[in-house]
Order: sequence, then structure tokens, then C-alpha cells
Amino acid sequence: MTAILEVRELTKHYGGVRALDGVSFSIAPGELLALIGPNGAGKSTCFNIVNGQLRPDSGTVRILGRDVTGLPSRRIAHLGVGRTFQVAAVFGSMTALENVQAALIAARGAVFGFWRPATTIARDEAMALLEQTGMAGEAERPAAALAYGDVKRLELAMALAGDPKLLLMDEPTAGMAAAERGEMIALVQKLTRSRGLAVLFTEHSMDVVFGHADRVIVLARGRLIADGTVDEVRTDLRVREVYLGGTAAAEAAG
Amino acid sequence: MGYSSCLRAALTGAAMTVAALALPAFTLPAPAAEPIRIGELNSYKAQPAFLDPYRKGMQLAVKEINDAGGVDGRPLELISRDDGGNPGDAIRVAEDLVTREKVDLLAGTFLSHIGLAVSGFAGKRKVFFLAAEPLTDKLTWSDGNRYTFRLRPSTYMQVAMLLPAAKAAQRKRWAIVYPNYEYGQSAAATFKKLLKDAQPDVEFVEEQATPLGKIDAGPVAQAIADAKPDAVFNVLFGPDLAKFVREADTRGALEGTYVVSLLSGEPEYLDPLKDEAPAGWVVTGYPWYAITTPEHMAFLSAYQKAYGDYPRLGSVVGYTTIKSIAAGLKKAGGTDTEKLVDAFRGLEVVGPFGPFSYRASDHQATMGAYVGILALKDGQGIMVQPSYVDGASVLPSDAEVKALRPAAD
Amino acid sequence: MSLDALLFQAVNGLASASGLFLVAAGLSIIFGVTRIVNMAHGSFYMLGLYLAVTLAPKIGTWIGGPFGFWAGILAAALVVAALGALIEMTLLRRLYGAPELYQLLATFALLLVINDAALFLWGPEDILGPRAPGLSGSVMLLGRRLPEYDIFLALIGPAVLIGLHLLLARTRFGRLIRAATQDREMVAALGINEALLFTMVFALGAGIAGLGGALQMAREPASLTLDLSVLGDAFVVVVVGGMGSIRGAYLAAVLVAEAKALCTALGVVDIFGFTFNMSRLTLVAEFLVMALVLIVRPHGLFGRPQPPAARGGPAEPPLRPFSAPARLLALAAVALFAAMPLIGTLVSYAPVLALDMLVAALFAASLHFIMGPGGMASFGHAAYFGLGAYGTAYAVTALSLPTPLAFATGIGVAAFGAVLFGWFCVRLEGVYFAMLTLAFAQIVWSVAFQWEEVTGGSNGLFDVWPEWPFDSRTGLYLAAFVVTLAGLLLLRRLVFAPFGMALRAARDSRLRAEASGIPVARVRWLAFALAGAVCGAAGGLFAFAKGSISPEAISVGRSIDGLVMVLIGGVQSLIGPVVGAGAFTLLQDSVMRETDYWRALLGLIILAVVLLFPFGIAGGLSRGLRRPGGAR
Ligand SMILES: Nc1ncnc2c1ncn2[C@@H]1O[C@H](COP(=O)(O)OP(=O)(O)O)[C@@H](O)[C@H]1O
Ligand SMILES: [Mg+2]
Repeated sequence: MTAILEVRELTKHYGGVRALDGVSFSIAPGELLALIGPNGAGKSTCFNIVNGQLRPDSGTVRILGRDVTGLPSRRIAHLGVGRTFQVAAVFGSMTALENVQAALIAARGAVFGFWRPATTIARDEAMALLEQTGMAGEAERPAAALAYGDVKRLELAMALAGDPKLLLMDEPTAGMAAAERGEMIALVQKLTRSRGLAVLFTEHSMDVVFGHADRVIVLARGRLIADGTVDEVRTDLRVREVYLGGTAAAEAAG
Repeated sequence: MGYSSCLRAALTGAAMTVAALALPAFTLPAPAAEPIRIGELNSYKAQPAFLDPYRKGMQLAVKEINDAGGVDGRPLELISRDDGGNPGDAIRVAEDLVTREKVDLLAGTFLSHIGLAVSGFAGKRKVFFLAAEPLTDKLTWSDGNRYTFRLRPSTYMQVAMLLPAAKAAQRKRWAIVYPNYEYGQSAAATFKKLLKDAQPDVEFVEEQATPLGKIDAGPVAQAIADAKPDAVFNVLFGPDLAKFVREADTRGALEGTYVVSLLSGEPEYLDPLKDEAPAGWVVTGYPWYAITTPEHMAFLSAYQKAYGDYPRLGSVVGYTTIKSIAAGLKKAGGTDTEKLVDAFRGLEVVGPFGPFSYRASDHQATMGAYVGILALKDGQGIMVQPSYVDGASVLPSDAEVKALRPAAD
Repeated sequence: MSLDALLFQAVNGLASASGLFLVAAGLSIIFGVTRIVNMAHGSFYMLGLYLAVTLAPKIGTWIGGPFGFWAGILAAALVVAALGALIEMTLLRRLYGAPELYQLLATFALLLVINDAALFLWGPEDILGPRAPGLSGSVMLLGRRLPEYDIFLALIGPAVLIGLHLLLARTRFGRLIRAATQDREMVAALGINEALLFTMVFALGAGIAGLGGALQMAREPASLTLDLSVLGDAFVVVVVGGMGSIRGAYLAAVLVAEAKALCTALGVVDIFGFTFNMSRLTLVAEFLVMALVLIVRPHGLFGRPQPPAARGGPAEPPLRPFSAPARLLALAAVALFAAMPLIGTLVSYAPVLALDMLVAALFAASLHFIMGPGGMASFGHAAYFGLGAYGTAYAVTALSLPTPLAFATGIGVAAFGAVLFGWFCVRLEGVYFAMLTLAFAQIVWSVAFQWEEVTGGSNGLFDVWPEWPFDSRTGLYLAAFVVTLAGLLLLRRLVFAPFGMALRAARDSRLRAEASGIPVARVRWLAFALAGAVCGAAGGLFAFAKGSISPEAISVGRSIDGLVMVLIGGVQSLIGPVVGAGAFTLLQDSVMRETDYWRALLGLIILAVVLLFPFGIAGGLSRGLRRPGGAR
């Protein structure tokens, strides 16, 4: 079975900083893959390249076997990739419902409609998505007035609007209270299972990662240092070193 | 937005509209001896230096005429408006004067494009229009129409007035510097053509077209000096002129060069130069201190008495505009537009510069200007050896003009 | 043209460059920290010059002439700095909560007020200051005389550049400025007194502009037209250099000044057998440079992508269609305007004014379409107004097309221009977008201004009257009414349609829009083109209404008028531009009639509106009524 996403030898430099350095990994359909690593490891950079926001210096990105390296993000979106951002991005001047409608209209390639009011388009589908993400009660509120956790959920609903095969979620729980975090990932897990959707996400809370991910890959200073099941990664020495610092790693080893 | 807000905003808008549109209805005048209403519009805001004296000149004339009993017993009433400094607003103001103020005729304007726009309006709406200041040749020639007359000597006339001096200087290498818009362009073109005709071996070695009001004077003066001309024709005026003169002086760019210059002898442009006025330049202008004709002496003393200030050229133009209108009205025997137009054709007027007339052929007044040489006196530039050049002497003949006025009847 | 001559002109250029740099540096600093697009910056420059020519002789009588000159310059700079601080504290500070660009409106009002204040204080005549004592001569260079003062000026630019660099690099104040320029949150997080910082920055920027103006005392007279003419240059230099970059500003100043000096030096040249006077290019040299630089480098020479606005104000509330009562009111307004010819039989001036209001409304609404829902504030929207007007006028006068066809031609020309320029512009963001639109507008303006054969040059085209049945006042009015109404309804429909939703989405979050699959650049491009076409229709109506057209229709002034209308009305409200256009036209018409100082009065009224309704008239009224908590 072809991988949903296959990343080969991605490299990206910012001046002297190596944000990514020969990173390769792949995601199978339906897989929930966690990308972890300390701050500045290159996670967001990786997302931005896969998503088409950035061009890599070298390396390739394949989606469903097709080389998409360097394509703009709107094209990648149409190939079935949904995305949420580290700092949630929604359309602040629209209601939650309109946000999802806009995403649906965009996904259908119907933005060049000049007559029918957009609010009458894809209403039911939008409501359904809001329901799935637990946002139905906020449908008529302006996005700018939502609590941050709700914005994150709304963003998820929008990312799902294109009926994607792959979801890229950069820190989906950043800025949420601890209790909310587990809930959010559980929701993602549930949605992916029901839709047969692959997810690549980053997350700082190890409990959340180890509790939900199918597989974990670890970035440090732009290099991929581990790739395996939750248990493999949990016990990986280099991972412990990166996360706990030299002494802790030595103790753990000893 | 919420409906109540729409409601409010729309209400406010509607109320303002109604108020503004209805207001004039309550300001209808009810005079006893019905005055003749002169609608005047000008770029007071955009050209204050020139137009303040102009307005004073007009007001002086109105007062004199009304004190003497008006025109055929009817007093003159001057309704003066700012034209906003652009043709779009000017047309609205003209419409306002004609429709709301019910003026009998229009006068004024300073900038050429506004003069032309109002002239077009006058032609379309069949309103009499006396353009006071605009210089463009188009106003009376290529774009001339039946309803438009012009008082001040045109660009062509001003250039032609300087031609005898330019010719007499017998210089071969000329440079030209002019502000980059129609006035400057047409002055330069006219000068080149007239001089070439009069002196076929003349060579134009440099032409600098500078953005109006934004001359980069140093480089421009230098470029002219580098071309090594033995004579320069200058069309710059205002702040551009001041900057150019100072730079040219510091750089010695015009040393030994013969300069003829348009308008630079007008107090509006000469006085701000103070002791840096470029001595030796041959200029057109208005040496109010040196004109001793009785007409001018009378005007000068009346003006100084009224305002405690000396007149500028604008004062003469404003004053003469009103005097012309009064003369025209008198000859027409009333305010009927067609009669007024007919009266103005060939109308004889006496102004501070003496008698002149409005030509029937192209509606241009033959009022002239003074040509003289700049000199310094008491730290101030003045014109010496001024001589009056009658406009009639520099205008093309009626036959030539006919070909230049395709559109007009 | 000898090499010596060219070299010498290059040295001349350096003196001009210093002057440009000084105005631009202040503007750049102010923008970098406060994000205020300061329209009054040229006024500070102008005031600096006026104060210097006044103060220098006065001070000279106390401490001796030569010192008076220099002391006068310093004093002028300080007074202007103090004025800047005062303005920031009393006026701008109240506006940081308003949507972006409302500060622009306030500073524009200030420009009007300051200009009239200068007229009141110093009178209309230009005032030429004294020459610089000790520097009034010249030195020989390359066989030519170079004024000593030019050498001094050429040096003062780099000196101020170094001084500012040290200030920014070595002092705490400087570090704060840099921090605030790059990362606003950080300054707030550090617990810095932001109000004080802003005041000081504004004073510094104003003071440098005042110094720049004062230093010109030896070169040019103080005149009332300086404010606007310098403002344009300052914007160009700041943007070419990259907003917030001081060394960029210097480099840009040199670039612009040298480009002009080169055009001047080349004079009349023969290209491919055509004789062309290069000096005529000095009219737009700076805007040509700006357009080229921005096309190649979207953030100027040294600029970085702009961090988000300082305090953008609350997010725009969701759009809602008219409710039933509001629709009734809108219909009533439509009916009022439809009945205007009847009203005209009683109040004959009413249709005249109403026609101008219609044209203004269409103009403002088309600008609002890209500015409000599109989030792209164009500073050069007059280009499409002018293209429409000239296209129409040319079709009438040169091609003798029938009225409707000529009108369509105008719309076509405007749309073509918008498609062409829009392609470049929509790639840019924020102020850079604004400035590229301005550059294109200035280029269009200069072409119209100089292409005598086609556009009639600076005088324009005349006899553009429409044919029967539009040749009567009523006929034209009704046609304009129908066109305007159709244009307004079309734009309104578009805003609510998927296309408009995509446009608003791209404004709210370009990132999200792209990630959702919206082709942002294409959506914006089309929006720009549509706005241009509608604006062209307004221009065509204008040409017919006035019977003539001149380059003023494309001037910066008209572009600014458009911005003012949209902002007064309320950029966040769909009927805002219409209300604003009506209010502005009425205001201008009545104010112009009332007083000689109508600009100041207009400025004061705009200030009052901005302070009372920081979201515009329509926006303010709607906000006053909405329950708090509706928006963040
Ligand atoms: N636009 C940029 N310019 C310069 N450096 C950057 C930029 N974006 C990211 N970096 C650097 O690249 C590295 C990786 O950043 P990022 O991908 O955001 O890490 P993460 O998301 O894992 O925290 C960091 O050192 C960061 O400073
Ligand atoms: Mg990150």
C-alpha cells in the first residue's frame, strides 16, 4: 500500500541555522503519527514544507506517490491535505459556521461564484462538521469572539472540510488547559478512525503523545533521531538525552 | 451590521442630504434695485500669492463702479468662490453659481486647465465667461468658443513680447528651462519657433523640463552651464525660480549668459527674490513704481488708499476684469448672454494699462504687458527701462487666427 | 555629455539625497514603531523651513547673524519635535484602538490644518531665507563650481545616518525602538511605558523632518506647497529602502536623487531616432524607481515582512444583509436620489450636487471593495478613475464614439489598467501594496500629464459632453443614478457571494485561506480588476458630468479623497463608503463656500469625526448600538 505522505531527505537552512537536515519519514493511511522534539527542533518548518508554505533547499515530498515538492499550499490542499497551525488561524470576521462554509466552498473549488450568497451554500455540511468537533453551539458566534480552545476546534473543522486524506496538525493543543488537551487529541483520534484519515501532529505533552499516537518520530536540531512505536521511542536513549539532558540520560542508562 | 445601525446611518445620511439640498431654498435674496450678479471662481486656496491681490483689485473696481451708480443704475454684486484648485470642483462651483446663485455671467480662473474646463462649460450651457488669468493659447484659439473671452495676455503674446530683445541680442546657442506642463511646454515651443523664424542660424543646445514646484535646481543649473549656452530663455516662476536663481548664482552657471525670462518682472515672483533678483535679465512684468500714465496713477493711488499696499499684477487683472465686465454690460444694455457676447466682440475698455479692446476674431483682449530689464535697488529687484508692449502688436492677424480657431463660430 | 559632467551631477545628487533622507528617516522611524502612516510628515518638514526662516534672523539679532542661522535651524527642529510630541499625546494616542489607517485619516486632517495655519501665520507669499553664513560660496571640482552648502548637505545625510545608527545600537531608547519595530509583544511584555516610547518616537521623527526642512533654508524658499510635495518623496524613499530600515532609507534617497540627477544631466537624447527630453522624466523618476524596486523586492531594499499591526483594533464584525427596516431606509434613500430631478425643479442646485455625490459614492465603494473586504488599502485608486475618465473622453473626442460606447470604452480601459497593475500589486502586502498602487497611479498620472497628443497633456481633454438623451442635466443625472445604483448593488452582491467570502477570508488570514485551497493571489487580482472597472465607470460618469477631464482626476489628492471617504464612512461597514462619499462631498461643497480657510475647517471636521467615531460614521453608529461582547 502506498504511503499517504512520504518525505525524503528534506533539508532547509535559515542562514547558518539548519532547521531541517536530511529528514525522511512516511505515513501510512489511517496512521496517527506524532512528531516530537524540543522547541526549535524544526517541527513547524517540516509542516510548512509538507504543506507547501515553504520550499525545501533539497529533498522531496510525495503525497499519495505524487511529487508535490514546491507546490503552493492551495494546490496541496486540493490534493487532500488539511492543516491546522501552531497559532490557530481562522477567519475572524466570520461566524464559526461561515468559517466552515468558506473552507467547504474553497475545497470544492467554488470560490469564483459571483451571485448566490455564500451563507446559503453548504450549510448542512458545515453544521455537521461543527457538530463533529463539538462546536455546533457556537455556530453563529464570530470567530474573533471564541475562546482559544474553541478556535482550535473550529480550525480542525475547517481542516476537515476538504475531506482530506492527511491532516497536518502543528501543536493542536497549544494554549489549551491540560484537561482539554487529552480531549482534543481523543477527538482527533476518533475522527481519524471513523474517516480512515492519516494524521501528522506535534505535541509537547508526552502523556498525550504516548496515550494516543500509533507511531512517534523525534526531531532534534533538524535531524530525525528516532522513528518507532511509542514503546520504542519511550526507551530510546538518544530521545531521553534530548529531552532530559545529558546527566539524566546517563542515569537512566546506568 | 445591525439593522438599527443601518437605520441610524441611513437616517443621518438622508437628513444631511435633505438639509444640505434644501438649505439654499431659504436663502433666496429679495433685493430692492436688482443687482447684476457676477459669478466669480478662482483657485484662491491653491494660488493665494497671486489671487489675494487679484481679489482686492476686483473689489476695488466693484466699489468704484457701485459708488458711481452701478451699471445703468444697477449695482454690481460679486459672488466669489473658491474653485477647489481642480476642474472637477470648478465645474460644480460654476454650476452652483449658475443654478443656485443665478449669476448673470461667470468670470475668473487662474490655472489653465480650469480655465479651459469652465470655458467648455460656458460653451455648453451658453453662459458668458470672462477668463481673467489663464494663459494657455488654447483658450482663445484651438479650444475657443463663442461664450469665452480672455483678458490677460496669453502665453504666445508674452513670449512674442520678449522676442525683439532675444533677436536683438544676436546669440547663437540658446538653452531653455521651463516647468514641465502645458504653459512651460507651449512657451518653449513658441519661443523656439518664433526665434528660429527670425534668426535661422540659432541653435538650441539644452532644454530642461522641470517638475512644477519640485525643481532640482542644482543639477538643472549645472546641466545648463555644461551645455555652454550664450543665452537662456527661462519660463520658471515661483519657488522654482527662486531656487534656480540662487543655485545658478552660487555656481556661476549663468555668468556672461544673456537671459530672457517670462513673467519674472511681476511683483508676485520678483519680490520674494529680494536682493537676489537676477540683474540684467530681460523680463515681462509689472513695474508699478515706474508707470506714470494717468490711468495707472489713478489706479495706484486708489489701490494704495484702499489697502495700504502696492498693487501686484493680479490686482491689475482683477480690477480690469470687473471694469471690462461693466463696460460690456453697459454696451450690451443688460445681462442677456447673447447680447453680452456680441458686445464684448470689439469692446473698448480703459484699464490701468490704458485703452485696449477685446478682439472679435479670437476673443482675446489686447491688454499688453511691460518689458524691461531687472536691476537691484535698495535690496529689492526692480524693472528698469520698462516699456509697454501693446498686446495688439504681438497678436497674429484676424485671418491667421481664423485658422487657429476651428471649433468656434 | 562628458564623464566629468556626469560625475559632477552625481555629486550634486548626493546633496539632494541628504534632504530626501532626512524627511524619510523620521517617517521610517515613526512607522516602524507606531505603524502610523503619517500624512502630516511633510507638514513637519514645511514647518521646519518656515520656522527656520523666521527664527534665524530673530535669533541672529541677539547672538549675531552667523550663529543665528545655525541656531535658527536647531530651534526650528526642536520646536517641530515638541509639536510632534504634543500631537501624539493629544490626538494620536486616542486613536490606537481604532482600526488601522484611522491614524492616517487623523494625520491627513492635520496636514490640512497645518497648511492653513501656516497660511495664517506666514501669509501666502514664499519666503526665501538667508544663505548659510560661511558656506555661501563654492569650491572648484572637476572644473565646475560646487556650492559649499551642497557639500555640507551631502555630508549631513551620512552624519545623521551614523548618529541614528548609534542611537539605535547603543542607547536604551534605541534598543527599545528596535525592539518595538521588530516585536511589539516583547515591548509590552517587558513592561515598557509604551505611551512614553510612542511620544518620544513621534517627537524624534518629527524633529528630524523639521531639521530636514530647516536645512533647506539656504536652498529653497518656504512655501505652502512643500508639505504635499515632500510627503510623496518621503514615502517613496522609505518604501524603497524598506519600512523601518534607516540605512535602507539612505540608500533609497541616494538612488532616487541620482536617478533624477542622471535624467537632468542627460537632457535631450536621441533614442532610436526619436528625440526625447530625459529631463521630463524627473516628474516621475522617483515613482519609476519605486515601482521597479517593489516589483523585484516586495519589501524594499532592506525591509522585512511586516509584523502584524500594532493595535489593529477589534476584528470586524460578521457581515449581515439588510434587515427589513434597514432595507426600507435604503430604499427611501434610493427613492430620494431617484426623485432628485423633481427636487431640482425646486432647488436647482440639488441634482448638480447629487450627481457629484453619485460619482463619489461609486468611486468610494469601488475602493472600499478592495480596502474593506479585500484588506488592501490602495493609495492609488485614482489611477482607475482617471483611466476610465480618459478612456471615455478619448473615445468621445478623438474616436467620436456614441455615448454608451464611449462609456464602455472607459470602463474597458480602466479594467485593463487594473488587470495589468493589479497583477503586480496583489503580490504585496500592507503598506508596500499601498505604495505600489501609488507608484502606478503616479506613472499613469505622468503619462496623462505629458502625452499631449492623446491626453491633452496637463490641460486635459475638453468637450466631453454626452449625446442625447444624456445631454440634458436630467438625462445625465438619471443615467448616472442607474449606473451608480447598479455598481453599488453589484459590489454588494459580490461581497456576499463565495468570491467575496474568499476575499474576506484572505484578508482575515492569508495563511488559512491558502491552506484551505483558496487561490488568494487570483482572488485578489480579480477583486482589484473588478474594483478598477467599477471605478472606471465612476471616472466615465465624472468626465461626462464635467465635460472635461484633466490629470487632476488621477492625482494623489483624488486617491486620498477616496481614502478619506471610505474611512469617514467606516471601512468596516458596507454602506460606510456611500455614507462617507455623501458626507465628504456635502462637507467639501459647503465648507468651501463658507470660509477661506476651508481646508483647516475640513481638517477639523474630519478630526472631530475620527475622534467621535473611530470606526467611521456608519461604523461608529453601528458600534454604539451593538452590545459589548459582540466582538473581542
Ligand atoms: N523564518 C525563519 N527565519 C529564520 N530562522 C527560522 C525561521 N523559522 C524558523 N527558524 C529557525 O529554524 C529552527 C526551527 O524552527 P521551527 O521549525 O519553528 O521549530 P519548532 O517548530 O520545532 O519549534 C529554529 O532554530 C528557528 O529559530
Ligand atoms: Mg513550532
